[in-house]
Amino acid sequence: MDISFTDVSHIYQQNSPFEYHALKDLSFSIPSGKFVAIVGHTGSGKSTLIQHLNGLLRPTKGTIEIGDYRLIAGEKPKEIKGLRKKVGVVFQYPEHQLFEETIAKDIAFGPKNFGATDEEIAERIPEVMRAVNLSETLLERSPFDLSGGQMRRVAIAGVLAMNPEVLVLDEPTAGLDPKGQQEIMDMFYQLHHDKGLTTILVTHSMEDALKYAEHVIILEGGRKHLEGDVGEVFTQKQTLKEVQLDVPEVIQFLMDLDERMGIRIPYEKQTIDVLSNQIKQHLKARR
Amino acid sequence: MQENQIVFKNVSFRYQEDQPWVLKNVSFSIQSDEWVAILGHNGSGKSTIAKLMNGLLFPDQGEIFVHGIEVTPETIWDVRAKVGMVFQNPDNQFVGTTVRDDVAFGLENRGVDRLVMIKRIKESLEAVSMEDYLLHEPHRLSGGQKQRVAIAGVLAIQPDLIILDEATAMLDPRGRKEIISTVNNLRVETRVNLVTITHDLNEIVDADRVIVMNEGEVWIETSPRELFAKETELRTIGLDVPFVAKVTNRLKDTVEFSEQPLRQKELIDTLWTFHSQT
Repeated sequence: MDISFTDVSHIYQQNSPFEYHALKDLSFSIPSGKFVAIVGHTGSGKSTLIQHLNGLLRPTKGTIEIGDYRLIAGEKPKEIKGLRKKVGVVFQYPEHQLFEETIAKDIAFGPKNFGATDEEIAERIPEVMRAVNLSETLLERSPFDLSGGQMRRVAIAGVLAMNPEVLVLDEPTAGLDPKGQQEIMDMFYQLHHDKGLTTILVTHSMEDALKYAEHVIILEGGRKHLEGDVGEVFTQKQTLKEVQLDVPEVIQFLMDLDERMGIRIPYEKQTIDVLSNQIKQHLKARR
Repeated sequence: MQENQIVFKNVSFRYQEDQPWVLKNVSFSIQSDEWVAILGHNGSGKSTIAKLMNGLLFPDQGEIFVHGIEVTPETIWDVRAKVGMVFQNPDNQFVGTTVRDDVAFGLENRGVDRLVMIKRIKESLEAVSMEDYLLHEPHRLSGGQKQRVAIAGVLAIQPDLIILDEATAMLDPRGRKEIISTVNNLRVETRVNLVTITHDLNEIVDADRVIVMNEGEVWIETSPRELFAKETELRTIGLDVPFVAKVTNRLKDTVEFSEQPLRQKELIDTLWTFHSQT
């Protein structure tokens, strides 16, 4: 689904002493099927932004379009339930939201609320368990008997079971160890391609944004600081520095190689093996 | 003078009798003036070690000594006077309504004289660069600032050892940097021992020594440099080396490294030397 924000502002507790402008005149558009990263520090407005994507929050000013759905400031939105069915949000630490007696029941809760029949749910459960790499033999177990990483997968399976077209991920790897982080991100990347999803990843990690996303939006103080292709955005060292973000390590390294040694290797999402071979070739050619 | 601050002797621990061992026959020691990083994947037993160090838990087998005192239910108050801990979640460790009150809390509990208290609060907040926030409300600070106040609260009681148990895990990159630089300053300016517990190898670059845990056992005790060379082995236990180490390890068949680089600058310096030799 295409997503667009036009001059969107969000003010918490307007006209009170606690009034807080979380988003300010934000405009951007995300074409259907893109993998987009939203990067910014704590307090930059990331969480407020994603809560607009499924209508948990509504704009104080401006217009949001998500497929055929519209959220317009001052208007009561129609069919908010339809929107929430299409936009699956994986919140931070989603395992904290597990509550059912069994894993099967927990996964079924979302789709059931959105009117899926028992047959449909029975069909989807094995499919989503496969998608999150969990064995079906676990289905009748309590989700609370699982490890932290497995619990997170169950919570994600619950979101996938609603068959969303847009997947919103809020810091999905927080608290996981390196192996767990990579497994979860690779899983989302796979789902994005297999299901043709529009994926929005909120992250602090410049490395993850660079590796998985095509497009990146950088927020600062509720405003859009920078937007563009990952390759373009992440080479703008000065502009990133203004908001105290660093260019990703690999980009910094390639910049230094060029500056110190005149070795120019463009970043093309190459693996570390390919990159290392490129460096070797340059070193050998020079000797 | 080097002395053993902390000694684990054949320590085993499990949470319940019918549950698997979380720690199996773990032995190591930490000397004074050392920064030791304890690494491991989720569930490797690293946080259990922290809880055993200040008597939040007690070993089922083996012995633990902190500054010569064996950690037992009878000695925990003596032990806790020497060991300060900072936990993962910055929101779960505040009691005071202002930064000053919060740092004062531990001192009040120990009946420290008021004038001494004022001096210690000032000094410990200066050590973490939070002296300008004396009357701020802790819950309105950023994550990194909260953790720095938590560290100040621990410093104020003048412990011999500070344990940071995944203290950066919930912070953004800016907050992480604040904590790492704070920790580095403390090492230089105070004589306190540091134990940091993490699964992020980017955070151990400046540590003196690393203890890597796997499945409840000490997998290796080594230096950050040597650990960065063990990329393949680390991956088998769910950990990963930083970018610089990955590139280095792949260039080793072409470039000669006199020692494993820890930072990008060291790596580029070596490459520069290599390619300028003709």
